Amino acid sequence: MAADHGVIEHPTSTGLDNRKVAMWVFLASDCMFFGSLISAYMISKNRSVVGPYPEDLINIPFTSVSSFVLLMSSLAMVLALSGIQRGNVRQFRIWTVATGLLGLIFLGGQIYEFYEFNHEGLTLSRNLFGSSFFTLTGFHGTHVAIGVVWLFSLFLASFKKGLVTQKNSLWVEIAGLYWHFVDIVWIVIFTLVYLLPY
Amino acid sequence: MATRVEVAPGRQTVVQSPPAVTESYGLWSWITTVDHKRIGIMYLVLGMFYFLIGGIEAMMIRVQLASPNNDFVSADTYNQLFTMHGTTMIFLAIMPLSSAFFNFLVPLMIGARDVAFPRLNAFSWWVLLFGSILLNLGWFFGEAPNAGWFSYANLTSSAYSPGNNVDYWVLGVQVLGVSSVASAINFLVTIINMRAPGMTMMRLPVFVWMTAVVAALIILAFPALTIGGTLLMMDRFYSTNFFVPEAGGSPLLWQHLFWVFGHPEVYILILPAFGIISEIIPTFSRKPLFGYSAVVFAGIGIGFLGFGVWAHHMFTVGMGPLPNAVFSITTMLIALPTGVKIFNWIGTMFGGHLQFKTPMLFSIGLISMFTIGGLSGVMHASPPVDSHHQDSYFVVAHFHYVLFGGALFGIVAGVYYWWPKITGKMYNETLGKIHFWLMLIGFNLTFFPMHWVGVQGMPRRIFTYDEGYGWDFWNALETIGVIVTAVGFIVFLVNAWMSLTTGEDAPEDPWDAPTLEWGIPSPPPVYNFATVPTVTSRVPLWSQKYPDVYGGDDHGDHGAAHADHAHAASHGAADDHGHDGHDDIHLPNPSFWPLFVGLGITLAMGGYIFTTPGLRSFIESDLGIDLWYFGIVPQNIITFVGLAMTVTSIYAWVLEPAFGHGQAHDDDPSFLDTEAAPAH
Repeated sequence: MAADHGVIEHPTSTGLDNRKVAMWVFLASDCMFFGSLISAYMISKNRSVVGPYPEDLINIPFTSVSSFVLLMSSLAMVLALSGIQRGNVRQFRIWTVATGLLGLIFLGGQIYEFYEFNHEGLTLSRNLFGSSFFTLTGFHGTHVAIGVVWLFSLFLASFKKGLVTQKNSLWVEIAGLYWHFVDIVWIVIFTLVYLLPY
Repeated sequence: MATRVEVAPGRQTVVQSPPAVTESYGLWSWITTVDHKRIGIMYLVLGMFYFLIGGIEAMMIRVQLASPNNDFVSADTYNQLFTMHGTTMIFLAIMPLSSAFFNFLVPLMIGARDVAFPRLNAFSWWVLLFGSILLNLGWFFGEAPNAGWFSYANLTSSAYSPGNNVDYWVLGVQVLGVSSVASAINFLVTIINMRAPGMTMMRLPVFVWMTAVVAALIILAFPALTIGGTLLMMDRFYSTNFFVPEAGGSPLLWQHLFWVFGHPEVYILILPAFGIISEIIPTFSRKPLFGYSAVVFAGIGIGFLGFGVWAHHMFTVGMGPLPNAVFSITTMLIALPTGVKIFNWIGTMFGGHLQFKTPMLFSIGLISMFTIGGLSGVMHASPPVDSHHQDSYFVVAHFHYVLFGGALFGIVAGVYYWWPKITGKMYNETLGKIHFWLMLIGFNLTFFPMHWVGVQGMPRRIFTYDEGYGWDFWNALETIGVIVTAVGFIVFLVNAWMSLTTGEDAPEDPWDAPTLEWGIPSPPPVYNFATVPTVTSRVPLWSQKYPDVYGGDDHGDHGAAHADHAHAASHGAADDHGHDGHDDIHLPNPSFWPLFVGLGITLAMGGYIFTTPGLRSFIESDLGIDLWYFGIVPQNIITFVGLAMTVTSIYAWVLEPAFGHGQAHDDDPSFLDTEAAPAH
């Protein structure tokens, strides 16, 4: 069986799969993306010259619930990976769909929040808070959306024979690394944007 | 390059020959190639092309400045020229030329058959090509970027830069960032994970080490530029307020984001050249590199400190005494690891049997010219001195001594050194030496007087000046220097052309060099090594050729000569089939999806400039269809086509088998198996 996917045929120098190392390296890079963006948010904080201001809009109970949903999706992701690693495709499918749906609920909450803020007069161009808030949370939301598409793609691929198998569980593991990372970043954003006093 | 590569005969009986092994050199084979050596050549050609473009821009700048009150170009054209000269030389000349060496050499030097992700590698090149076109497209509409290569806010805001000039810059540079980060991830994984048996990290050639440091710098530094660019895009296209002072935004935020990227970028440009001459100097001194560990750790130290010095570009913006002092100290600190390297190169040459071949001349040129640039760099590490130098030609002199005198001299040294390996032809040594002297003299004529006019107060970025400031003579001399440099470049092109057409065939090891790539034929066969070599020292080929001197590795454990495998590769790979038949060669399949993903991304970005409001009004008014929120789709049809192309191509890429025959699809449903095939 010569056919392999994007990896070499002989054992790697570290024993780790190339794709896994690449994902960790990418996540290091992604840390700097979010780090730069969060810095831009923090520097822009409290510098809006017109309202609405964060204290007029931010609804901590609502976002706490959607944050809880996103964190629980990480648990579902762990169960999905454990399913495929043990060869239990049914468990993999159930929990992958659950992860994706929880991600979708989070995104739904974010869209509702954007809609509400917009209704209160906050737009991208209204003030610095609008600019930095929508850009930062939108950038994170895009990450979640890509993760959801990825998860549903894995789910669909599992119906084609041989695409997502116990031997191939690394594909799921890599998606999981990404998903957990996006969740962790949300913890930081939630703390800095919502919980810290404005 | 009309070279033919012979496939190891007999291999086909062991494994079915992968399609790529039957080498063809048609256009389609270049478009779909995933071979790191071909991609390296493509980087080399693209980098040389843009070096020529950037050089022409530089010549036009110098012609304009040759005499006072000159009107060769208008002020606006001049702004576009110096902006695009800097942007082109940094992103489209030096970085791709460095990438050419990463691509061609890293797998050969570590004993691998390709990089970790061959298709991602092809993708990086295509994105670079398309991004470079987007960046330069403004020339054809008379509105090339004109806000300087650093595009300081809030000059770049819609209020002060109403045309599309800045849009080409910010969108183009974003696309180029995708290329750099993808390539950096690929090379870091390759170096960490694809080393041949025995090739420990502390046996890696210094060039490979510097590649790893540069990859780490790109991975961690480019995001700051991308986010800065994203905020600028948001400001320009969606009227956000990040850099708008009236709305509370901070133009200084741009400077911080830009230089958090921009200073590591300086090391991204220079460290590959340091790596290159760290290979050349030992070869032509007939001695292993003096203080290998020190050179490696100095390189890592430069990369690490490189993240802590960015604000020395901002001493004059009023950060206050404490930040100025901190960044002044870190900036002076970085001279230490750089000095370590200089002393180690000199130590390598000291007592060696020096051979002044062209690559060696350029390497020595780097050491001396870079030292001048390094010294002037230490000068404006001091904030009071910097206040005087800021925005003067002294700074222009400084960074050309490190980037032209440093990075470019190193790259040219590398082009000559590996030319026989890459092309399979020898170059003319006399012409090479003429090139060196013309470039050294022309370079110094152009840039040394800039120190003087700079200290006398000549500001950067002015398109003309009055007579009587004492700048006239030096400016005329600087322009003459450019002509000398250009003649040198023409000599290089003549040399290259003569070498490719009538040059004599290169032996596999013309320099009697120590690293693995010289143990295989010139040019290397498509599979690189018929048998993966086993490495026992830092100078593998010397250990093999001179076992009495270099038989053991640097730690004293006397290993057997390891490179006979690599050597066997050059003399009939079929012979070792008998005892080594399990070393199957699996080459990656060619693919055109990398091209389409790259094109899709570039279209998605370019669509921000090339909007199609006519299509929207046609659908809404003429056809009478209410598009509701979706009017944005026909209005930005190019962006949406680009996005669709990106997404579909990514899926096609993932589902296409990377190795083996296409029919694995049909007869072997588990073609995506990650289980490794039996290894040696």
